Amino acid sequence: MTFTVTKAGVDELWATLVSRVAAGDRFAGLFAAYRPRPGTETGLVLSAQLAVKGGIDTLEVALPPGTASYPALTPHLGAAFWYERVIHDQFGVIPDGHPRLAPLILPGSPEDHALPRHVAGYGLFTISHGPVRSGVMESIEYLIETPGEAIPHLNMRVFYKHRGIEQRFEGMTAAGGVLLAERAEGIASVAHALAYCHAVERIAACVPPVRAALVRVLHAELERIANHLDVAAKLADAAGLAVAAARFAVHKERVLRLVSGLCGSRFGRGVVVPGGVSAMPRLSPGAILSELGRLEKAIDSDADSLMSTSSFLDRLRTTGPLSPARALEHGAVGPIGKAAGFSDDARRNRPYDAYPSLGTLPGHAYDDGDALARLQVRWDEADQSFHLLRQVADELAEQAGADELLSVPCDPPGGRATGWAEAPQGEVLYDVTIEGGQISRCQPRSASFHNLVLMHEVFAGDILTDFPFIEASFGLSFAGVAL
Amino acid sequence: MSLWVLRGLRDGVVTTRWPKRPDAYADGWRGPAVVRDPDPADTAGLSDLCPTNAIAVSQGGRRGRVRLDQGRCILCGWCVGARPDVFAWSAGAAGPRASALTRDRLVVPDVSETDETLAAVRASLRERTAALRRSVHIRHVDAGSDGSDEWEILALLGPVYDIHRLGIFFTPSPRHADILLVTGAGATGMAGPLRTTYDGMPDPKVVVAAGTDAVSGGLLGRSDITLGGISDVVPVDVWLPGSPPSPFGILSALLLAVGRLGDGREQA
Repeated sequence: MTFTVTKAGVDELWATLVSRVAAGDRFAGLFAAYRPRPGTETGLVLSAQLAVKGGIDTLEVALPPGTASYPALTPHLGAAFWYERVIHDQFGVIPDGHPRLAPLILPGSPEDHALPRHVAGYGLFTISHGPVRSGVMESIEYLIETPGEAIPHLNMRVFYKHRGIEQRFEGMTAAGGVLLAERAEGIASVAHALAYCHAVERIAACVPPVRAALVRVLHAELERIANHLDVAAKLADAAGLAVAAARFAVHKERVLRLVSGLCGSRFGRGVVVPGGVSAMPRLSPGAILSELGRLEKAIDSDADSLMSTSSFLDRLRTTGPLSPARALEHGAVGPIGKAAGFSDDARRNRPYDAYPSLGTLPGHAYDDGDALARLQVRWDEADQSFHLLRQVADELAEQAGADELLSVPCDPPGGRATGWAEAPQGEVLYDVTIEGGQISRCQPRSASFHNLVLMHEVFAGDILTDFPFIEASFGLSFAGVAL
Repeated sequence: MSLWVLRGLRDGVVTTRWPKRPDAYADGWRGPAVVRDPDPADTAGLSDLCPTNAIAVSQGGRRGRVRLDQGRCILCGWCVGARPDVFAWSAGAAGPRASALTRDRLVVPDVSETDETLAAVRASLRERTAALRRSVHIRHVDAGSDGSDEWEILALLGPVYDIHRLGIFFTPSPRHADILLVTGAGATGMAGPLRTTYDGMPDPKVVVAAGTDAVSGGLLGRSDITLGGISDVVPVDVWLPGSPPSPFGILSALLLAVGRLGDGREQA
């Protein structure tokens, strides 16, 4: 966990980044902010983040005040493609040499509503799918260029859901910020709250009590199971397996009801606070264990059936493949990366809360990178979650009656740090700066944002009817993309 | 495939009987905050307790000095935690009190309209929905939600809530829709598509604002990026707080919209 400010120019920083990524570090993000610098005017500062074993390294370069453009990183490191478009949207500074500097998170000009054509040929047309789509879905617009069946090119407009989360953080207190973090990406509320709180706790140099760390893992893993069941239900639904979809929906509902039984919110909101947790679970460890046992048995049985239903597997196998080389190059996080042989799980490589003290099951390695592998990764993760949850419940039972401390004071006056957590979609990052007891800059980066851009590239040979499978197998939330 | 048919029978009926019969999960639900004591001795700092400014302290009146706007409540529990003598959680997710027919009725403990105003609102709604009580089609639009609201709406399609048993269906086409169910804080990017969807629906139509975000913008409020709820874009008929609202709350709001559930806030 280092924090480096480059005195040299942007080019040198990019060269460092490229060589470190080549050496095995993972590119985790690129952000910009106006930051005061000692001895000079406030100017735009570019911060690149690299995930390394044990932490997140931040490498910064200050652009001279009044800079209108800088040499783009994207030509050297493709994973920066969307990050530099966001910086352009937010600050107007132009990354020179960026391959496609269209607005990403801000609505473009009305002329942009003309349907773009990137592929030329006889009979090609563009299907504009969204932002209001069939079914109950989050808003996004897919522009699918197709001759009728194959999908030679896909484009996405994600700006419809831009809500100004980053701006809203500014001026909030450390305690208030967690409420917004929970609502940045609602289906991963706990993971966002954790990543945010880890950043704040790192600034304040405080460590949550043991019992709080256990309760955090309890909620984070239940959230993971609910998300993976949601993906399974959507995949089954896409394949027309009505009974399977209904059964996974029932299991998911039972998980959400268990969560609401623990804390009153079906999404675990209000549990994680800077410095610890707000309350102990309302259910006893014994009650949690018995419900977990029933759930695991029911889920396992249906998952086994699903994974031996050949009409279902046929639709997933070789669908939406992401090559291991691309996953590695992009630093794909979460199940999408794991399915393509690239695993950088924050719980293992940068452990937090109670994870270091909990035992894990040996994992399987996958490198097919298709929708089937992504689902297999999710089932493995769900098994792992149940394994962790049982240990957490046992530990909580042992801790019962011990010191009642649930949180430590955590209200830092100022500082800056990065926090992370492994959401069901993959790693969530929060770069938090606090000045005078208030948040002056908070940059959340969801796994959904980092991974969604990969959907451009996975339609090799797949046709329109594969689209719902690919989208469901990604399992992302668009609320976390345009923030 | 026959395997799945047998599996479907495995757990028997898991569907709730609500609204015909009470449901324990719905009744045990923790809803938006309410005011327990509208006239506490000490009102210092009360209005600063709420991160969305839902609490107002006035000079006083017949119904006390403290008001809470449930349309802004994001259920963080800060007020209940700090002043349990003044604030409490409301109990129960389902039923007539879960949502309201006018925005003002979400402010507790107060009703600013006269009963005649509400009667007019109700009559107008009844006129529009009389023909579609037992066959209702919904078009959902996400106008900048955090994603959790969609999960709760999707839950209605699962076996536990099974909205189809009530004659309510979701439709992809606004041309076939009677109810527009909107979630999200009113992101400016979605204002155009939301309005287009509304305009594409045939009359008569009803709009449900589902969730505190859709009602007031919630924590995001009104800014140059979010519109502070959806009511600037489409006329809202039913206001449902919750962050996110529970499936029972959404079900209640939909039944209220088509006149199959009274507005319990009349007696408030």
